[in-house]
Amino acid sequence: MSNLSVAQRISQTQVVTPMLKKLAPQLILPIVGILVFLLCWHVLAGKVDTSLGKFPGPVQVYEQFNGLVKAHIKEGEKAEAFYARQEKRNAAKLAKDPDATVKIRPYTGKPTFFSQIITSLYTVMTGFAIASLVAIPLGIACGLSTHIYNATNPLIQVFKPVSPLAWLPLVTMLVSALYVSDDPLLSKSFLTSAITVALCCLWPTLVNTIVGVAGLPQDLKNVSRVLRLSPLTHVRRIVIPASIPMIFTGLRLSLATGWMVLIAAEMLAQNPGLGKFIWDEFQNGSSQSLSRIMVAVIVIGLIGFALDRLMLLIQRQVSWDKSAVLR
Amino acid sequence: MSHTHHLELSGVGISFPTDKGLFCALQNVNLKIKKGEFVSLIGHSGCGKSTVMNIVAGLYQASTGGVILDGKEVNEPGPERAVVFQNHSLLPWLSCYQNVELAVQQVFAGKKSKREMREWIEHNLELVHMSHALDKRPDEISGGMKQRVGIARALAMQPKVLLMDEPFGALDALTRAHLQDSLMEIHATLGNTVIMITHDVDEAVLLSDRIVMMSNGPAASIGQVLDVPLSRPRDRLALAEDPAYNKCRQQVLQFLYQRQQRPAA
Repeated sequence: MSNLSVAQRISQTQVVTPMLKKLAPQLILPIVGILVFLLCWHVLAGKVDTSLGKFPGPVQVYEQFNGLVKAHIKEGEKAEAFYARQEKRNAAKLAKDPDATVKIRPYTGKPTFFSQIITSLYTVMTGFAIASLVAIPLGIACGLSTHIYNATNPLIQVFKPVSPLAWLPLVTMLVSALYVSDDPLLSKSFLTSAITVALCCLWPTLVNTIVGVAGLPQDLKNVSRVLRLSPLTHVRRIVIPASIPMIFTGLRLSLATGWMVLIAAEMLAQNPGLGKFIWDEFQNGSSQSLSRIMVAVIVIGLIGFALDRLMLLIQRQVSWDKSAVLR
Repeated sequence: MSHTHHLELSGVGISFPTDKGLFCALQNVNLKIKKGEFVSLIGHSGCGKSTVMNIVAGLYQASTGGVILDGKEVNEPGPERAVVFQNHSLLPWLSCYQNVELAVQQVFAGKKSKREMREWIEHNLELVHMSHALDKRPDEISGGMKQRVGIARALAMQPKVLLMDEPFGALDALTRAHLQDSLMEIHATLGNTVIMITHDVDEAVLLSDRIVMMSNGPAASIGQVLDVPLSRPRDRLALAEDPAYNKCRQQVLQFLYQRQQRPAA
């Protein structure tokens, strides 16, 4: 410190202090909030007795998280061992008789918590993709034409508030009736969950796209008319770029809705995924179940948050409106 | 050309349906404009200046009468009647270059090669002195610059008539003077027919060959047409002392503030 000149020291404190002041609300306050939450949770959880033992506190949940990680690693080792054995067996078979037909069977172990996460993500993305492919073009059509809007608006208003749980039995029956295949590429429960997700996360994108397109400023419409842009060019060069910010707002809401709906759908449809994990643990009723469900709750929240951030990143890349408040 | 008049408005009127029945906004507007003429429309706000321009642009349909451009009736918008909008109306997601490019691609598709298009776009942006900001987006440049790009976009359509709806209304006085000078320079070079809406008396006298003064609505019409007998090129400093200039100015002011009292606004 003694080597530093006075000027350097001043400049250092001048730089460091404002940085700390700036960081305090952004970094320290969230940590304080989380700590207070954990403390309350810890104290209160210990006071509640359930039929499955004490309600889990943060410590038990952390232990169960570690347990789930270990189980996943163990399952991975088992699978590896299985494939190694299979390969060895097949190699031996081929060495004896080069014309022998060898069978390669997939490992069918119990899905772990982490493989359930992958399944859930895959399902929600499929449902979200279906919903977006329907909602964006339909929204553009409704936003451009008041006739189409008037024709579809009552239906949108009626179907928008319907809960996923109401759709699920219908979708299950429809999938069973219509998706008949001897060698199905996709399992029925997967399709049921994905379609239910799509039905529920269609609406925010649809409504926001309509609002975005219908709100196209008259001046830009006039530019398009003076240039005599064809309807397709008008949509491609004027309408879509102008409504990109609103479309993305809708997409973000849709993805969040889809993720919430998915858990409920998986619980009921018995589609592999986080919802099924929770349901199975609940049915299982061991002393660890509640802690494991709590792990799932936190992971679901974190993934939901991560998905929203991901959409935000994409929005920042795609949208021209960098000045818009992106939260 | 067999037509002495390039652009002709005859008996133009327009009514809008309202809750209380038809509202007649404009009535019996007759105007003949020669090729290369610079005409200003001036009047109090709400007198239907913009309506006249929108009818010429084809954005509105006249209820009575009609507009004829080079012997053809105008009934839809088109790039031969390019519009410079009051608030520039540039597409915010495109750069200056791309904004002009959209117009050029639309108007010259199949007529110009890619290289010719690029040269033409750059040429038009150079005319309005915006060559330095080709890749800037509208939100990165000033209001005056946006309006310059808006003018470049309109000019790039190679219009028969350039329609300008209060093009400098939203700009500060200094920027406005710069743009007026640029516009005079462009008009001298290209000789476009220009119809400009303004409510700035000095601007009208400085730029125009004729000033069309509109009476107040409802059922607004043309109140008086004033010829501006000033030789070009015009210089704003020299004109300040010019008696002819001041006479014109006075006549417009008299029309606006004596014969057509501003309606309670």
